[in-house]
Amino acid sequence: MANDLSMKERLALGRVHMPELDAAIRSRNFEEVNRGLGMEEAVQEAKRCIQCKHRPCVEGCPVGVSIPEFLDALAAENLPESARILQGDNALPAVCGRVCPQETQCEAKCVRGVKGEPVAIGYLERFVADWAMANAEKLAKTALPAATGKKVAVVGCGPAGLTAAGELTRAGHGVTIFEALHDTGGVLRYGIPEFRLPKEIIDVEVSRLVEMGVEIECNVIVGKTLTLGQLREEFDAVFIANGAGLPTMLNIPGENLKGVYSANEFLTRVNLMEAGRNPHAPTPIIAGRQVAVIGGGNTAMDCVRTARRLGAERAMIVYRRGEAEMPARVEEIKHAKEEGVEFVMLTAPLEIVGTDDGWVSALRCQRMELGPPDDSGRRKPVPVAGSEFDLPAEVVVNAVGTRANPLLTATAPALELNRWGNIVADETGATSIPGVYAGGDMVRGGATVILAMGDGKRAAAAIGAHLA
Amino acid sequence: MYEILENEVLAPNLHRLVVRAPRVASARRPGQFVIVRADRGDERIPLTIGDADPAAGTVTLFIQAIGASTRKIVDIPVGGALRDVAGSLGQPTHIENWGRVACIGGGVGTAVLFPLARALAEAGNEVTTVIGGRSEQYIILADELAAFSAEVLITTEDGSRGRKGFVTHALADLIADPARAPKVVLAVGPVPMMRAVAELTRPHGIETVVSLNPIMIDGTGMCGGCRVVVGGESKFACVDGPEFDGHLVDFAGLSDRLTTYRSFEEQVRHAATECRLTKEVANG
Repeated sequence: MANDLSMKERLALGRVHMPELDAAIRSRNFEEVNRGLGMEEAVQEAKRCIQCKHRPCVEGCPVGVSIPEFLDALAAENLPESARILQGDNALPAVCGRVCPQETQCEAKCVRGVKGEPVAIGYLERFVADWAMANAEKLAKTALPAATGKKVAVVGCGPAGLTAAGELTRAGHGVTIFEALHDTGGVLRYGIPEFRLPKEIIDVEVSRLVEMGVEIECNVIVGKTLTLGQLREEFDAVFIANGAGLPTMLNIPGENLKGVYSANEFLTRVNLMEAGRNPHAPTPIIAGRQVAVIGGGNTAMDCVRTARRLGAERAMIVYRRGEAEMPARVEEIKHAKEEGVEFVMLTAPLEIVGTDDGWVSALRCQRMELGPPDDSGRRKPVPVAGSEFDLPAEVVVNAVGTRANPLLTATAPALELNRWGNIVADETGATSIPGVYAGGDMVRGGATVILAMGDGKRAAAAIGAHLA
Repeated sequence: MYEILENEVLAPNLHRLVVRAPRVASARRPGQFVIVRADRGDERIPLTIGDADPAAGTVTLFIQAIGASTRKIVDIPVGGALRDVAGSLGQPTHIENWGRVACIGGGVGTAVLFPLARALAEAGNEVTTVIGGRSEQYIILADELAAFSAEVLITTEDGSRGRKGFVTHALADLIADPARAPKVVLAVGPVPMMRAVAELTRPHGIETVVSLNPIMIDGTGMCGGCRVVVGGESKFACVDGPEFDGHLVDFAGLSDRLTTYRSFEEQVRHAATECRLTKEVANG
């Protein structure tokens, strides 16, 4: 036990606060909002962990990080050991430390949360991962086992694919990731904005995997450039993690007006193509003084906070239920509010109104009230008669969700799909085709980075067993 | 990196590039396109694949320099490389033996048309090709198209080559002549040209296929930026197209969406002109 404090002293310590960039400043730039903890704060926070025997936090983690162990090493100020434990369990800890909803996972299970506040596991994960990035030379290189001679193809370079690739490489298999876009990271790069997850973090995490031996080939669209059949001929197993790359349309009038974006297009322009955040980026974006973002999830928060940073005077969330029903993380909602985002709740879009020359001028809405709970357990919104009104806007972003992209599955008729077009996979990721595994949003529909990573980790274990 | 093996100027600002992209060369079928980027940080530009040689691992791309990004691509010399070539994307052209078909090309569209016309001829169709341009120097691939066409009709707006006027004038004559009237028309070119062709064939009930090139980013259906209304339904040109029934396409909506970034493009052009002016002033 490395902790030099008594139990009483540990219990007396209050939870650390994450330093944040001032809201007035950050709402006008793309710098990371959360600044990260200092060494002293991090070590003290790690000492708040009472190292309880039943380790509920680990159960709360979709990739099963050995949380008490990495915290214990951190409390003892043994950063190399803490980093070794963390990186051994999690292929992308600097990403997870930033974007995981710890409040519903590890931290929700922390016994310290029963009477008081849970240990800030997410902040500490980020601290250790960032330390490891800055001090790579102090870490022992991961020793790989002898090569098995088996080859695995991974489709998609997002969180699920990267995790599976890391695990499989560490098991001695040869891994090639095929990525459709021109750069790595999948949704981490095109979807999550710079102010939540700096692109540099993705670059470093990906290069760590490449150094370990993972091969990445960009510009390969499986289903178009290569088929699943070709991959099965060339490789001993395939893991499909190509994401939920197809926007759900609103199907309301005015959706094709200029200034209407899907969340995917809006975020991809800004995040991947650097439109609006790099003055030299040749890819354009319509910024808009008044921007209405439809939806209540994390993607909607990313869009509205991006709109604010692109210069919107009024950046609005339009959501048909109430704030309590929003699926977005509490932290995202808090940050958005601090940055001046307006929340137009219990409001559903009816029509996008345009000018004579085809530009968006307003979002026509209708007030809603909450009725009895629906299938999802959330109270169902019901329209209020006669409550139509117009919200002036030059840009409307549709962030209501994504669906399964059919490019790959259209060329693989033997692959069983559900009625939404998602690949059917069991808990190990196994699909209807032997040797073909799948995970992430392509299986789940829209979910989180960490659930996708959990899928990647489980599928890698199953693939390992299949290849043995 | 994707090496450029040939870079030939066909007409003012219109280049023919042969690029090494073995995976795309093997996968490609007529009518499909690629997305290319000249370099890191550059725009993603969709380009129809003009031809492919799977054995050599090369694809032929036709590109018209109309903005800063396309200019940068055509300026890459032989031996240089494109950073990214992703494909082949979109649905391949539906090729069938209809009997008599007319292939209509305008400007750079003629280059896109070329492999489709050849595939139609190889499938047994009697192909009549109509190509148009502003003036003689914009008429491309006439000899190449003649090699498999029953007839190649040329129109220019100024009358400097072939018939003075538009491709629709030549097509109207074909339709009026029972011995030459096409069963199917394939049109590739500027939106107003494709729209005019579709309007011309509509009253005759002649099946008309057009190839669209709207604004797009990923080309895989992810962003939905390329949506176009076809038969009252929103379609994604990148995955459902690029070819659609010309009688069902909402051309007015398509033309309008194509103007989305016009002011941005003008700004870029303006900035580039200013730079040149500043340089000229500085150089005395």
